Amino acid sequence: MTLNWRAGGLLLGFVFFLAVLLVKPIGVSTQFVILNGLIGDTVNAELVTKTEEGYTSTNAYLAKSGGKYAKSVANPLNYSFVFVLAMMAGAFLSALARGGAPRDERKLPAIWYANYGDTPMKRYAVAFLGGFIVLYGARLAGGCTSGHMMSGMMQTSLSGYIFAAGAFAAAIPVAMMMYRKEG
Amino acid sequence: MSSIILAIVIGAAFGAVLDRIGATNPNWIGKMLTLTNLHLMKTILLAIGTGSVLMFAGQMLGLVDVGHMSVKAAYLGVFIGGLLLGTGWAMAGYCPGTGVCAAASGRKDAWFFIAGGLLGAAAYMVTYPAWKASGMLDNIAGGKVTLGTVPGSKFDGIWAAQGDILGILLGAAFIVIAFLLPERLAGRGEAIAPAE
Repeated sequence: MTLNWRAGGLLLGFVFFLAVLLVKPIGVSTQFVILNGLIGDTVNAELVTKTEEGYTSTNAYLAKSGGKYAKSVANPLNYSFVFVLAMMAGAFLSALARGGAPRDERKLPAIWYANYGDTPMKRYAVAFLGGFIVLYGARLAGGCTSGHMMSGMMQTSLSGYIFAAGAFAAAIPVAMMMYRKEG
Repeated sequence: MSSIILAIVIGAAFGAVLDRIGATNPNWIGKMLTLTNLHLMKTILLAIGTGSVLMFAGQMLGLVDVGHMSVKAAYLGVFIGGLLLGTGWAMAGYCPGTGVCAAASGRKDAWFFIAGGLLGAAAYMVTYPAWKASGMLDNIAGGKVTLGTVPGSKFDGIWAAQGDILGILLGAAFIVIAFLLPERLAGRGEAIAPAE
């Protein structure tokens, strides 16, 4: 059962506050890069290397800003990476406690079924392509819905507003074109 | 070590709340973005407002360390990246945080979203030098700036207005908008909630 927006909004706002009170604002999308770095470094140990001052990488993106991403790849047990793993654990336990997502929802969301019928392969292809575009965009923007939109606008940062304007300017027309039936 | 414990506690709380407000459910995202049920939008607006008021009020009372603020740079790529993210968000019904949580809650399509996301992030890692050279990543309007000038913050303000008071006012505005926003803007009739 979904929480009423008043309770849910207060709870979510409190979590964002707790994060900035105790550590730093919440962000997620960087960790996709860190996981890529971990995978890449397993295949090719030359990808991330230790230097006298810290870490660097043969990949210009991992090496940027004094090798801060390279450092996280070399030390995956850091705050931000563990945070995302903990998010998954929290969502898993929360879903379990409410009885889990129904079987048909796990396979296909109702909104997809209403618009495109029982076409799971097509849905997975769209989810894959959507994921590609989301993360490419998030890295270009330097953050995602969590880091830019929520944490950013909460801190009154200009970039958060620019990001949110772009995200909704694209998301609303695309959703209206793709999902005409309400489901 | 204590930072790892905080990561586990705050991360798990965030994941659980995302699950409970419907943010990990593509049906709720779809209804929000087609403007047919704005329940989740109200949740998000109230959350931004609540977080903002608590943080800035806490700073003014000396309870919250201003040094914990982390403001991202503004550049043209932020808007272009936002357009891209919005497109994929609408297509898939997931963003990075809600995608990983949805996968953990058993949604199969979310695992495909994560796989696509890893490939998309890798594609950016490879094409980053071209973006850097294009000038799209160069700071605009001062780069890492807040709207007002937050006392004690290392980030500049666009306006000289006192940033913490402005933050509380904007936070209050988000909360008011959350209350004023109708249940639906597109289509007719009662806003229908997803079955799940």
